[in-house]
Amino acid sequence: MHIPDGFLDVKTYSVLYGVSTVAVAWAVRRLNKSLDEKQVPLLGVVAAFIFAAQMLNFPVAGGTSGHFMGGVLAGALLGPASGILVMTTVLVVQCLVFQDGGLTALGANVFNIGVVCAAGGYFIFAVLKKFLGLLTAVFISGWVSVVLAASLCAVELAVSNTIPLKAAMLAMVSVHAIIGIGEALITVAVFGFISKVRPDILELKKG
Amino acid sequence: MKSIILAGLIVSVVLAVFISQFASSSPDGLERVAEDRGFLEMSEGKNLLKSPLPDYTVPFIGNERVSGSAAGFIGVVLTFGIMCLAGYFLKQRENSR
Repeated sequence: MHIPDGFLDVKTYSVLYGVSTVAVAWAVRRLNKSLDEKQVPLLGVVAAFIFAAQMLNFPVAGGTSGHFMGGVLAGALLGPASGILVMTTVLVVQCLVFQDGGLTALGANVFNIGVVCAAGGYFIFAVLKKFLGLLTAVFISGWVSVVLAASLCAVELAVSNTIPLKAAMLAMVSVHAIIGIGEALITVAVFGFISKVRPDILELKKG
Repeated sequence: MKSIILAGLIVSVVLAVFISQFASSSPDGLERVAEDRGFLEMSEGKNLLKSPLPDYTVPFIGNERVSGSAAGFIGVVLTFGIMCLAGYFLKQRENSR
């Protein structure tokens, strides 16, 4: 779902850059107060894992592929601020080093995948966990985060006059409803593994 | 903590270097929508940046598989390194207040 240069118009990508900058600044300020230095390598490895996992496209319906995004993995595991920073780091590396995602669209991608999937995903997860089991909460948040991000992407494309809204929503949501299942399954697998092998990591203070 | 960090890094490297070879090359959701709805060309030639490893390849490596694996390895190491640097930098700023 990395938006390349050329899909969004100037007003749209500028506003999204502004919003993402505010969100990242918030995350930085929040972590300044709460990030335990010992957690830094954990953030590093989560970011590295998400980078790697995003390379593994899997086929979904006819001639289309999906890939893991990792927002809920980062957000539910580490907290909203750390989640935003982890996803932003991955997206910046992907954009600058690998040309995956446009430079003008970086703000949009950080918003959709960093803010919405990671921070938004964290809040959805936190609410669901109050009355559902851990893995069920992870599964649902993972799926919702992808569909939500895809919907917002559709809105951004429509506002940029790239494609009409109804067509964008239909196309983006339908394919990402399927991709979201992959996201949910992978996130559950990782959480399940961590909860068996190192459950203490799930108890770490979330920033 | 050290063992889980190391394990996580090894898994990440294995995914990026080896498992990525089996990844689907079909266009992803957004790309496919862009193709079907006729706006994919809007992104053609619009790249603002000349990235060193475009589209997860290492340009001077001729073999496509090796190029892809090398790019994956570099990406994992870079991402880990930059995230850690950023994290330590944050802590530094807090300590100096």
